[in-house]
Amino acid sequence: MFGTTALAILVLAIVGFILARGFATSRAAVDGTKLNSLPSYYGTYVALWTGVPALLLILLWSALQEKVLNTIVMGTFPDEMLAGMGTGQLQLLLSEIRSIAGGRIFGEPAPEVLRAAEMLITMQNSADYAMIVVGCAAAVLGLVFTRSQLSNDFRARTRVESFVKVAMILCSIFAILVTVGIVFSLLFESYRFFQMVPWYEFFFGLSWEPQIPMRDDQVAGAGAFGAVPVFLGTIVVATIAMLFATPIGLLSAIYMAEYATPKFRDIVKPILEILAGIPTVVYGFFAVLTVAPALRQMGASIGMDVAANSALAAGGVMGIMIIPFISSLSDDALRAVPHSMREGSYGLGATKAETITAVLFPAALPGIVGGILLAVSRAIGETMIVVMAAGLIASLTVNPFSAVTTVTVQIVTLLIGDTEFDSPKTLAAFALGLVLFVATLCLNVLALRIVQKYREKYD
Amino acid sequence: MSSESIEPTAFEQAKDSSKVTVQASPSAGTGKAKMKGRKVTVFYGEKQALFDVDIDIMENEVTALIGPSGCGKSTFLRCLNRMNDVVDICRVHGEIIMDGKDIYDRDVDVVHLRARVGMVFQKPNPFPKSIYENVAYGPRIHGLTRNKSELDEIVETSLQKAGLWNEAKDRLNQPGTGLSGGQQQRLCIARAIAVAPEVILMDEPCSALDPIATAKIEDLIHELRENYTIAIVTHSMQQAARVSQKTAFFHLGNLVEYGETEQIFTNPKEERTQGYITGRFG
Repeated sequence: MFGTTALAILVLAIVGFILARGFATSRAAVDGTKLNSLPSYYGTYVALWTGVPALLLILLWSALQEKVLNTIVMGTFPDEMLAGMGTGQLQLLLSEIRSIAGGRIFGEPAPEVLRAAEMLITMQNSADYAMIVVGCAAAVLGLVFTRSQLSNDFRARTRVESFVKVAMILCSIFAILVTVGIVFSLLFESYRFFQMVPWYEFFFGLSWEPQIPMRDDQVAGAGAFGAVPVFLGTIVVATIAMLFATPIGLLSAIYMAEYATPKFRDIVKPILEILAGIPTVVYGFFAVLTVAPALRQMGASIGMDVAANSALAAGGVMGIMIIPFISSLSDDALRAVPHSMREGSYGLGATKAETITAVLFPAALPGIVGGILLAVSRAIGETMIVVMAAGLIASLTVNPFSAVTTVTVQIVTLLIGDTEFDSPKTLAAFALGLVLFVATLCLNVLALRIVQKYREKYD
Repeated sequence: MSSESIEPTAFEQAKDSSKVTVQASPSAGTGKAKMKGRKVTVFYGEKQALFDVDIDIMENEVTALIGPSGCGKSTFLRCLNRMNDVVDICRVHGEIIMDGKDIYDRDVDVVHLRARVGMVFQKPNPFPKSIYENVAYGPRIHGLTRNKSELDEIVETSLQKAGLWNEAKDRLNQPGTGLSGGQQQRLCIARAIAVAPEVILMDEPCSALDPIATAKIEDLIHELRENYTIAIVTHSMQQAARVSQKTAFFHLGNLVEYGETEQIFTNPKEERTQGYITGRFG
């Protein structure tokens, strides 16, 4: 029904466009008349006011229809029948009515329920027709009203432009609101978590064992929510990743920007950037199936015990994933250094290497640091590789050959499977998410500020 | 055509308006050629930019290279310290002899050459470092000093020679990019002097500067001539007339005329030179 109504409104909008444009064109054809705007602006103005409000109205309608009908249907039951029911039972009753109305009858429903279902069917039908009527009426109303506004010096272009402007503002507000909503849900759930687990235990506790029993008869640990081992594991993996990615990314960027011939650059740069396009799951395979066993074997051959899911394997593969980040941003930063800097340095008799280390690199440093910080925040937030290749058990160690776990891995494991949103186990995920969010936010803000400061210098 | 009938030349105009600047004395050099270009030919890819240029850059004199845009004057200047090497598609033929040695010889180290032939560019290009570090950069990379006090001395004398010491001595640790355009250009000159070059090449050093900063740079060029050989590319004929002893007029990649500045501006031998300096083309 919604589709039909939307289609009808769309047709009306097109009709409005054609009518209004025709009006404007015919006026413009008369000698000596000067229209305020181009004919298509008149058309667009009418079409917008015909289509958009009506569409919004039926969207709202279909969003509310079910809720309103439910309330009405439940209102038909005598109060004393509903009085004893909890929310769960009420929900059950409602879904029973709905499935009967949809033609799926199980067992022998009570006569009241059957009656309610019939009523629901009739109401749904009339509501659907009402929606068509109301939607089309709104569209026609908009069309007639805006059409009557049109005249030679009606400012159609200004109106259309302000309409588009408002639409753009609404879109950006929507994006902001979603972000704010996510932040608030994180904050709210974390607050609930910190009511159950004291914050000092979470931030300073050295033991992380969130697998507390969910049912009374379950056998599980007592639960401990000291997140230090998890944070430490994240730092270890991210550090290993950066130790791999920074030198490789930086040196390849310098080569690309300063030494490579344009032809070589044109071939190699896209290849390097393909690395950034590989799905992280694929990196995960690579870490689990190739890198980790290889490391284990190498360790064994020199008599060292390397865990099957070592921090080194996860961090190393993550580092490979991050290389294009660093190399691409550093390359941009180096190439943004004006050519006159290079000439000035060469003109003083500096070699290429001296020019790069003493002039170009310092000049590009803010951009490079910004790139590295963005890469760090990417490394901290990276999930799939570590879920596949890092460990699950939180151990307080910085040994890269042992298994560690990260914040992202813990969030995933805490929320997988049967969950109940009022146990500290599940809520701990939100607290971890909040910490992760704040950390990456700070890094990103810092990185952007550094990059911005650098931009001011040459523009 | 008699000399009375021609319009006032750029040289005369420069003389009229040259009250603020010192007029260059006709000749004060040593009379020896510092650099000799012989049949210098330059190609950018397929396009030939210079055709068989023969020119002697005289020691302790200012040689001005003038001509319309795209005439090859900057290209020739950049041949003198092999800055064109940086451009991949550029090929240079012919010889440029400096003190009896072709600088395009295979055994010439371009790093040493550029230390002897310094360059100042069109747009002031101080490094994003402090004023001190900008000047100390050259001496550092060439290992000219053994300790900090020697370096301090080089920085001070270079800034003094570039006429920037009084303005900069209290802010040596501030970034060179914070100076005004004219100060930046003098910093770039100080930076070039600090390496103790024999020749200084200037590629339109005043084109990004206002008249007052330009006058300062021109005064500076006069002083520098005592110790250095200078070649300057300029778009301003008044400037060429004011600062140089010799002038070379380039057109379409050819060296059309080369001689004493006064002669070029008052009594050019070639019709094309006459046309350019009187403003009929270019």
